[in-house]
Amino acid sequence: MEKKLENKKYLKLSGLEPLIITPESNFINVGERTNVAGSKKFLRLIKERKFEEALSVAREQVENGAQIIDVNMDDGLIDGKEAMVKFLNLVVAEPDISRVPIMIDSSKWEIIEAGLQVVQGKCVVNSISLKEGEAEFIHHAKLIKRYGAAVIVMAFDETGQADNYERRIEIAKRSYDILVNQVKFAPEDIIFDLNIFPVATGMDEHRKNAVDFIEATRWVRENLPQVSVSGGVSNVSFSFRRNDPVREAMHSVFLYHAIKAGMNIGIVNPALLEVYDNIPKDLLERVEDVMLDRRDDATERLLDFAETVKGTSKESKIDLSWREEPLQDRITRALVKGIDEFILEDIEEARQSVSKPIEVIEGHLMTGMNVVGDLFGSGKMFLPQVVKSARVMKKAVAYLLPYIEEEKLKNPQVGDSKNAGKVLMATVKGDVHDIGKNIVGVVLACNNYEIIDLGVMVPPEKIIATAKEENVDAIGLSGLITPSLDEMVFLAKEMQRQNFKIPLLIGGATTSKAHTAVKIDPEYECAVVHINDASRAVTVVGDLLKKETSVSYKENLKKEYDNFRKDFLKRQRVKTYISIEEARKNKFKIDWNTSEIRKPNQLGVQILNDFDLSILKEYIDWTPFFRSWELHGRFPNILKDEVVGKQATELFADAKKMLDKIISEKLLEARAVFGIFEANTVNDDIIIQNSEFKIQNYFFRTLRQQSQKAAGKPNIALADFIAPKESGKQDYIGCFCVSTGFGTSALAAKYEKEHDDYNSIMVKALADRLAEAFAEYLHKKVRTDYWGYASEENLSNEDLISEKYKGIRPAPGYPACPDHLEKITIWEVLNVKENIGVELTESLAMWPAASVSGYYFANPEARYFGLGKIKEDQIEDFATRKNMNLEEAMNWLKTNLAD
Amino acid sequence: MNKIQQALQNRILILDGAMGTMLQRYKFSEEDFRDERFKDFHKSVQGNNDLLSIMQPQAIAEIHSKYFAAGADIVETNTFSSTTIAMADYDMQDLVYELNYESAKIAKKIAEEFTAKEPHKPRFVAGAIGPTNKTASMSPDVNDPGFRAISFEELRVAYKQQCEALIDGGVDLLLVETIFDTLNAKAALFAIDEIKEERNIEIPIMISGTITDASGRTLSGQTAEAFLISISHIPLLSVGFNCALGAKQLTPHLEVIANRTNLAVSAYPNAGLPNAFGEYDESPEQMASQVKEYLDKQLVNIIGGCCGTTPEHIKAIAEIASQYKPRPIFQSENLSV
Repeated sequence: MEKKLENKKYLKLSGLEPLIITPESNFINVGERTNVAGSKKFLRLIKERKFEEALSVAREQVENGAQIIDVNMDDGLIDGKEAMVKFLNLVVAEPDISRVPIMIDSSKWEIIEAGLQVVQGKCVVNSISLKEGEAEFIHHAKLIKRYGAAVIVMAFDETGQADNYERRIEIAKRSYDILVNQVKFAPEDIIFDLNIFPVATGMDEHRKNAVDFIEATRWVRENLPQVSVSGGVSNVSFSFRRNDPVREAMHSVFLYHAIKAGMNIGIVNPALLEVYDNIPKDLLERVEDVMLDRRDDATERLLDFAETVKGTSKESKIDLSWREEPLQDRITRALVKGIDEFILEDIEEARQSVSKPIEVIEGHLMTGMNVVGDLFGSGKMFLPQVVKSARVMKKAVAYLLPYIEEEKLKNPQVGDSKNAGKVLMATVKGDVHDIGKNIVGVVLACNNYEIIDLGVMVPPEKIIATAKEENVDAIGLSGLITPSLDEMVFLAKEMQRQNFKIPLLIGGATTSKAHTAVKIDPEYECAVVHINDASRAVTVVGDLLKKETSVSYKENLKKEYDNFRKDFLKRQRVKTYISIEEARKNKFKIDWNTSEIRKPNQLGVQILNDFDLSILKEYIDWTPFFRSWELHGRFPNILKDEVVGKQATELFADAKKMLDKIISEKLLEARAVFGIFEANTVNDDIIIQNSEFKIQNYFFRTLRQQSQKAAGKPNIALADFIAPKESGKQDYIGCFCVSTGFGTSALAAKYEKEHDDYNSIMVKALADRLAEAFAEYLHKKVRTDYWGYASEENLSNEDLISEKYKGIRPAPGYPACPDHLEKITIWEVLNVKENIGVELTESLAMWPAASVSGYYFANPEARYFGLGKIKEDQIEDFATRKNMNLEEAMNWLKTNLAD
Repeated sequence: MNKIQQALQNRILILDGAMGTMLQRYKFSEEDFRDERFKDFHKSVQGNNDLLSIMQPQAIAEIHSKYFAAGADIVETNTFSSTTIAMADYDMQDLVYELNYESAKIAKKIAEEFTAKEPHKPRFVAGAIGPTNKTASMSPDVNDPGFRAISFEELRVAYKQQCEALIDGGVDLLLVETIFDTLNAKAALFAIDEIKEERNIEIPIMISGTITDASGRTLSGQTAEAFLISISHIPLLSVGFNCALGAKQLTPHLEVIANRTNLAVSAYPNAGLPNAFGEYDESPEQMASQVKEYLDKQLVNIIGGCCGTTPEHIKAIAEIASQYKPRPIFQSENLSV
């Protein structure tokens, strides 16, 4: 296969994204507002060192369509180099700005060079010239080439600035030859600025300023291959500074002709630009006379005319023109954009236009929500937006409800409005996690399903009873911890036993299609679907419940899961396992003679109550936060993601606002209890002791990997990271529980009451993040202070997130120790319930949900690992060690049992 | 045209696989890293794999040999972290010249042995230039986005020192690799360009960026195409990607590059994505079958492996690559080497 490669010499620039300027490209607009010489506001902001606000100037320009941004800090009262570096460093941290290339603009070389050293993309230097002679011109050009930038060359030489046609082309030609032949500068990376000077100044020598520029541009583009031509357009209208309508017309006319001649880049204020075709004929004629120097009295005629067209300047403001649109369009827009500012007045208007208030919901609002649904389904809207739409919808419905009630009293025969179906949603018994369930509920509600949400820790009897009473059309179960998987299996069996015929939906972090297909689907004759994605929920539930599709869809689902199960089971049979004795012989070996064991600075149990949340803010790992909103990508890159970046940025801003509110108003309370104790291991048990304990010893029973390992790879258990008794070395272990969940449910309930699911979900998601942050923070304090085995450590938050610290903090229920039972021991050892009030549910989930518990291992060789599947012999052994009957042990560990 | 360019016209060149993965097999202890010379060094040095070039040179030589024997045309020196910036973690900045020089020597000696045995297949040594552990366009402090832990100038000086030592040690080309921040790479290119001018030499340069996730961007946020544009100002032998992703996930990003450059294109992905244990477990056969897609699509000229790959992987890749013609490279003045 022979490939044709694009090898044309185009000017190629880059920010985070490419900008390639081809002959087919439209005129490239350079933003000029981040130039202290061009914008008084920007100058003031830089002088007052309000860099954050100055950034918003840059952002606004990019949003308004600037394809390159010009940054200039040349002012007598500013340290230009420092300001350039500081501002550019901030700009590159803002993906919505730094996606475009940067033009580094200064008359001082040291400022240009400082700018080039901080921008990763291919910039444009503005500018160099022959003003100081060839030697300096060559020196700077060589460096610019080495830094990898394009360059603007001013038509300026040792004798001065080119101000007529001949001088312009003479200097351009000379500059080009030096750059291309001596410096070996790529010709496509050269941009000429041929000096745009004002016209209509009243002086005869300025009459040809525009014409000469335009003609010189034509010559350069025809005679100097591959170069571009640029210029600062506003100069041309300098003499009409106080008359914006005339200036706008002059800019358009000038550009119209200059672009035709080959000018392809320019610094133009888009707010001061009229559309050429929209310029009134009489004004156009007079402006063209001036630009093209067509009449001797052109200037006078334009001046006279200008008096009549003085207007006010355009200012950018929030565009409210959509308020003029027809009612339905306004309602749809409010729903799509999530704007609740005007929704009540629009709904009132709609209510007055219909005979029954219910018609507003069935008509106006559903029309709007259908648009939302379509956009979401096709990936053009993202989850946080949809939740905002739901907030507007709920407000509107809440407003209408009293009228609907009143209507019902008047016409009792009128039934309830028809909805698409009733879905019961619940987080199963023993589990308290509900963020994902709430999101699915909101999204379904937006699509006209009636949602009966039973909340968290719902016993199966209640789910079954409510489903019967309410005659629901589908049941959705959610769960995050592993025991919830069994609850779901149990519920499926129960639904089968009681002869249910409605679909069962399964979702939540630990659920998977594999588990659903292998363990749940065979227990229930009707359809079982695994859904972990709110956008799919709508289509799946739709297909399940719609009469036309229901039967065939259910049949297909059954077949799909059956095939999936068969394939899955086929693939499973390859792994081999070894006996627990063999696995113990192949344990992870630490040389206890040389391994450094640090005696903790403080042994025993300690409690932190009402901990300052503001300290935790910087320890937050944001990536999982976005994941909980179904926005996938790593933080902070996600903020500049092509697909979800905009949404992620908005969501992040809302989250930060809520977080600040939580912190300043102390809406949540953070508590922690932790302890460090003397410990040693015997086989796979960690024995811990402390003089304050009620009993002599506690045991942490660890589980050991049993899959057959490659030669040289150990079968690890957490016990391997603690010195065995027979080593004669005293070792130590820690454990902890932190919670930031106190206050969460009250706060979330308050938002729910205000029909604000968005903020209710937000509160819970943030509480979860704070709990993780607290665990991270406390671990750090333990490492550097309480235990002190890594007192020298100096790690950033990213380092913490990527687990670069020494020692580990595995949590029961997670891969290294998937059994939840050891939480009970932690609770006893630390008196968790009495000390900080965090409780364990019957499935051993923590309540409040925003809590984290685990162990601390300090050994530098300790590392995270996954237990994987284990065999029955280990479960028997485990049951004996724990003094519990085999059946019970099997029950807790069956998700880990190799089939 | 030099030897490596000639070779590139004729066949797909094979780059070696992971160094770290191979070194793990030796299970070197703290003592092995220290030996007599550093026995009283004030910091733990275990894990400073680049140090093994002077403490356990026979192991490094053995690994290079294994890769050449498996079919590699190019091996990378054991110098990924041999800059003053990365060595600061171990307080071993003073060793930078020695580390690079000795690493280059070891690899060159083995390359010459193989070339002597198989003159029809000359072997090459690429001086490996890692990204350092600091980034010039991102702040390590989330609360202070304008802060930078390292400057362009500091990077330029450090890279220059590394490159000079590598060249003195006899490397055939320089490989600026695992680029997560294009600005770091630009500082390396700046330094190399200075050396070329000062010493009046030509040395081929390979550039290899790292796309960190499915968004298709570098860690510093650039798209593959923006990255390509940002490093195209210096004459290069090749451009491509390595690390972070497995062969399969890398394909779309290679397509972006391959369709937009006249340079040779390189790829050396990881052995799949890390599993739950953080290990790379794609087998040589699996990886070779993924690589086949590159070959079918004519995406690459140079191919090898990064994290988790072994001589067995390289052998499998070399075998399949030998059945294909290289991606056509168009001559242009860009390739002035």
